[in-house]
Amino acid sequence: MSNLGSNLDDLYREIILDHYRSPRNRGELESPPAIRVEGFNPLCGDEIVVYLDVEDGVLKNIKMTGSGCSISQSSASLMSAAVKGKPLDQVRATVAMFKELMTVQESTLAHDGEAPKVDIRALGELAALQGVIKFPVRIKCATLAWNTMVQGLDEIP
Amino acid sequence: MTSFNAKRVRSDIPQLNRVVFDHPITYLDTASTSLQPNAVIDAMSRYYQLRHANVHRAVYQTASEATAAYEGSREAVARFINAPGGAGEVVFTKNATESFNLLAKSWGAKNLVAGDVVLVSEMEHHANIVPWFQLREQTGIEVRFIPTTDDYRLDLSGLDELMRGVRLLSITGMSNVLGTINPINELAAVAHRYGALIAVDGAQSVAHQPTDVVALDVDFLIFTGHKMLGPTGIGVFWTREDILDAMPPFLGGGGMIADVRTDGYTPANGPTRFEAGTPPIAEAVGLHAAVLYLEGLGMTNVVRHERALAGDALTRLALDFEGRVRVIGPSDMTDRGGVISLDVEGVHPHDVAQVLDQFGVCVRPGHHCAKPLMRRFGLAATVRASYGPYSLTKDTDVLIEALGHAVKMFG
Repeated sequence: MSNLGSNLDDLYREIILDHYRSPRNRGELESPPAIRVEGFNPLCGDEIVVYLDVEDGVLKNIKMTGSGCSISQSSASLMSAAVKGKPLDQVRATVAMFKELMTVQESTLAHDGEAPKVDIRALGELAALQGVIKFPVRIKCATLAWNTMVQGLDEIP
Repeated sequence: MTSFNAKRVRSDIPQLNRVVFDHPITYLDTASTSLQPNAVIDAMSRYYQLRHANVHRAVYQTASEATAAYEGSREAVARFINAPGGAGEVVFTKNATESFNLLAKSWGAKNLVAGDVVLVSEMEHHANIVPWFQLREQTGIEVRFIPTTDDYRLDLSGLDELMRGVRLLSITGMSNVLGTINPINELAAVAHRYGALIAVDGAQSVAHQPTDVVALDVDFLIFTGHKMLGPTGIGVFWTREDILDAMPPFLGGGGMIADVRTDGYTPANGPTRFEAGTPPIAEAVGLHAAVLYLEGLGMTNVVRHERALAGDALTRLALDFEGRVRVIGPSDMTDRGGVISLDVEGVHPHDVAQVLDQFGVCVRPGHHCAKPLMRRFGLAATVRASYGPYSLTKDTDVLIEALGHAVKMFG
């Protein structure tokens, strides 16, 4: 794959392709009690449905269905693995960290796409998605599942 | 006299000298927008350097030159499509989409009433769908769709039934997704037999094959400059003089009037009635140059060249990928042009296009502003490669090599 250039290797890391080929937490949860939220990317037709099972301030389970490109699908899979079983404040903290990672700063673009200042180690496998910021068109793909999940979290009474 | 040599055409297009990610650019997105030859770029540049002035206004020398250039472009466009009434039947708009809005909001709003039917097809661009839905909201017309067969053609088996109550058949000459070329002649005869008019979306077809509105026997023709080697910002609306004369103005303002008083206005006659405000003058100059350039190549040569390229590509795609790359469109060159939509098994179109980009290959992933057609075939999107007069077999070589990498990478 090296003949495709380092840019593409950065985007399509092995972890991303793995989560694309074998997505984690695929499926549905009975709703209610689970929260069900739909997300769309009207530009490319990608769609996702996220199911959240929240109990006593903990995201006990998360499932997703939908279709889309490797970036949107792997980001959804990586997200589910990162937040499942976590207290909601930790889930929100992870979302905030991921959003920061996906924020293209002008200085970042000017310096040949270096990653923004985020604690990469704290991100774990999610760090695999940092190559996306070099391809600004694809950031919407990476954030689709996250925005959809946040919409669901906001519905918690 | 025409002469065609694709390599020479290629050398006329400066953007084809670009290098992208260390690869020479492979431009396969002509259905979206074509690249411009120096003849077009230079004509626009010379216009701005020497002759720029507003048209139809002042009496000074450069103003009359600008007016002559603008009106000269109208004459060239009329000749290019064999408009029987000449330049007086050619309206310049912003693009094909605006031309469709002119058709719906001027001719449609005046002539159609609740219950009248506008018949379009499932393979239309949104530009030939949404304006009709908007008119439906205002007047209660019915918008009806000709279905598509499983082999990507218009399903005309129920046409007589579909034609009931139809006042306008508005249909694409060539699908921007499938590449299918529709039988316009035959459809015009049917429309007229039912007392309906026929409008043709020529955005793809006019740029890639000879067009003669008299021979086609159509009533409206709509196309755009930037898909036929011309600049963006100029579109064309053609209709017969008697129809044009009876159409109410569209946009209001300067340029489209004969008189304005404190108690009202009188619209101008002819095409200028539909050209409110300062028109796209430099763009008209560029379109004129594009028409001359295409006439120099000969549209029969252009269509022959692009058919050969597309036919070769279809054969090789079928052979090289053993079914993993499916063509969404007719599988042979019968009534088909050089637009090839692909579905790569297990690989999302955006991922395919991203890998192709690394090889300098420009293709379009997405729904191509034809969502009803995408739904018909259960697809969210396709990857579309499309050819132009400057395309060469080596473009297909790079496309196939890059597709191979995409298939391997996600396989």
